[in-house]
Amino acid sequence: MKELLMGNEAIAVGAMMAGVQVVTGYPGTPSTEVLETIAKRNDGSIYVEWSVNEKAGMEVAAGAAYAGARSLVTMKQVGLNVASDPLMSLNMIGVKGGMVVYVADDPGPISSQTEQDTRHYAKFAKIPIFDATSPEEAYQMIQDAFDYSEKYHTPVFFRATTRVCHACASIEVGEFPKITKAEGFVKDSRWVIFPRLSYLNKKKVEAREITLAEEFSDYPGNELIGSGKIGIACGGIAYAYVMDAIESNKEMFTVAKLVTPFPFPTIFADRFLQQVDRVIVFEELDPVIEDALIYHQGVTHTTHEIIGKRTGTVLNAGELSANYIAGVLNEIFGAELVVGNQTFEDAPKVPTRPPVLCAGCPHRASFYAVKQAMKGKEAVFCGDIGCYTLGNAAPLDMVDTCLCMGAGITIAQGLEHSKSAGTKFAFVGDSTFFASGMTGVVNAVYNKADMILVVLDNSTTAMTGHQPHPGIGKTMMGEVSAAVSIEKVLVAIGVDVKIVNPLDFEDAIAAVKEMDEKSGVRAIIFRSPCVAIVKPDQARHIDTNTCIGCMKCIRELGCPALSKKDGKAVIDPALCTGCGLCSKVCPTGCIVKD
Amino acid sequence: MKSCLLCGVGGQGTVLASRILAQAAMNQGLFARTAETIGMSQRGGCVVSHVRIGEYVSSPMIPEGQADMMIGFEPGEVVRNLSYLKEDGIVITCKQVVQAVTASLSGSDYNAEDMIAYLQRKVKHCIVIDGAEICNICGSGKVLNVALVGAAAQSGAMGISVEAVKAVLAAKLKPQFLAMNEQALALGAQCVTQ
Repeated sequence: MKELLMGNEAIAVGAMMAGVQVVTGYPGTPSTEVLETIAKRNDGSIYVEWSVNEKAGMEVAAGAAYAGARSLVTMKQVGLNVASDPLMSLNMIGVKGGMVVYVADDPGPISSQTEQDTRHYAKFAKIPIFDATSPEEAYQMIQDAFDYSEKYHTPVFFRATTRVCHACASIEVGEFPKITKAEGFVKDSRWVIFPRLSYLNKKKVEAREITLAEEFSDYPGNELIGSGKIGIACGGIAYAYVMDAIESNKEMFTVAKLVTPFPFPTIFADRFLQQVDRVIVFEELDPVIEDALIYHQGVTHTTHEIIGKRTGTVLNAGELSANYIAGVLNEIFGAELVVGNQTFEDAPKVPTRPPVLCAGCPHRASFYAVKQAMKGKEAVFCGDIGCYTLGNAAPLDMVDTCLCMGAGITIAQGLEHSKSAGTKFAFVGDSTFFASGMTGVVNAVYNKADMILVVLDNSTTAMTGHQPHPGIGKTMMGEVSAAVSIEKVLVAIGVDVKIVNPLDFEDAIAAVKEMDEKSGVRAIIFRSPCVAIVKPDQARHIDTNTCIGCMKCIRELGCPALSKKDGKAVIDPALCTGCGLCSKVCPTGCIVKD
Repeated sequence: MKSCLLCGVGGQGTVLASRILAQAAMNQGLFARTAETIGMSQRGGCVVSHVRIGEYVSSPMIPEGQADMMIGFEPGEVVRNLSYLKEDGIVITCKQVVQAVTASLSGSDYNAEDMIAYLQRKVKHCIVIDGAEICNICGSGKVLNVALVGAAAQSGAMGISVEAVKAVLAAKLKPQFLAMNEQALALGAQCVTQ
């Protein structure tokens, strides 16, 4: 039967078709749905876990592959940095069972800190990478990735980008194979990395690169389409954009669709270059295919003009689109392609709609409590990665720094040790605390930092769609496990801890003031569940007779349930969760329960 | 190839609407693709969903100027994304605006009338639906998406029938929500006279 599958679902189902036995990962947009889909469709024969972070996930998957099982680890592009330590040795050790490292890149970026390009990691680690152009191709290709991994005893990258991960297509899904038990771990010196072993294996890895460059040249996903004299080299979603763009004048072009950017398929490249006079490259993120073509021409002493990012012609940041590509092809080659060029300069102005914390989000109360407690005092607010990064927006304006997972805690220490003024606050979410916050706290205590750690514990990994984490006491296999206590961890490290519900507004402010008076490393755990996972309380409403229209509630909180109507504040009952924070802010007490 | 852009504000149900359209097309034996906004950008932000039906080789994203139809969950979002519409494309939009939090803060509120008037001036086939009224009749604010899909199907612009959508609802929804959504579908369809 044909199913409408999201790219990530297609990758998940493809991995199940390939007989994957162990699946690990850490949530991160746009990669998250792969692991969730396998967990959902799992009949119990596949082991699935949300690992504490990407490094742990990579190592668990590697161990499984050592034992001969097929394993998959999933993450977003910046997560790969966390997992790069095991990766950069595993590449030299290799695997027995097929192991696929799924990494989702995010051109734009849409939901990420950076536009990191995983294809560089493939080259860096010298391991093969597959780069799908559509969900249906991803479904097939992930199965090939497992085969290649097993054939060459190496972990293999599978990369997709947001517009593939989150696009849906109708896909024919077959029957899942029966999982056969892996052979099990066989003791052998091949699993112990030593300088001599790395040296010997590096020779094999380098030789493999040449073999794979030839083999990938005949990989069915790498295709030459058309016979025109202008060559377009492309990969990933850019291929789909190119095909849409050239629809009205295909005869001009030969399109080289390249799905294995590393090892670069040299013979395929030669076939392409022999067929065309000039070349333009369209790819999102970095000029990886473009550089490989330029390099290949250097090696083979050929001299086609290669137009792309290096010539300053194609965008070197942000997403591409069919319209953009058509425009470039028209300008450079006079292609006369259709470009949507209706402009609406006379359109009435519409306001920007940046993402905001949800109505009733406990993070809003936490940020507001700290803001109120520190009013008139000097303070720096180091933020972190999660929904609570949105605390940076007006009117809260409570995120002064944000770098990467867990960094708020350690950046605060750097500010402190540099004698920068003010109390240093570091905000961290519960999932981020476990993923990479704990070591930073140990560092703070050990090195005698002076800071206030604020753990925003909403009992879930909210940003990526409510995944469980070590503090929840529930695993991805649906089993109950011992919940790791954040306060006990902190106390064990040697931190002075206070726990408070941020919606108990006065207590929350008092807790911050109390901790501000102290010195050393102290922590406040603001504990209140994410509004998306609990039943909302009764919505509040505004008594228009007593509302004086001061708009303090809107100005101070920026809650999306609040807006202005006829000079008074109003609450949208469909959005309000009854958190009651606005009623604490209102000077006239006009915000009441129904 | 038929392309439909759905646009609105995070939480209005655009993703489900695009999936319903795509599934209805698949049930009619057509190939379907969608692309949706998921993740941080969806929290109260602008969301767009692309639905493309028919052609196998194509991008999931509709190029600008190529949408046969736009379904607006919010008229301001239609204005924002109008460059996606084909010159002779059709717009089906909900009448009510959703004020942005930033607009509430900066006082740059905008009104529905300006948006609708602009759309009616620019777009030859612009169908305006009183989504709030339909939601009121059906007893839930969550049926706006199905009402809009009903109007979209009735217009015939996507080659999908109201009956095909009804079958998808029956297969997709929990039984207790079915009657309410079928009513919304019918009320949405009624807004369009072919």
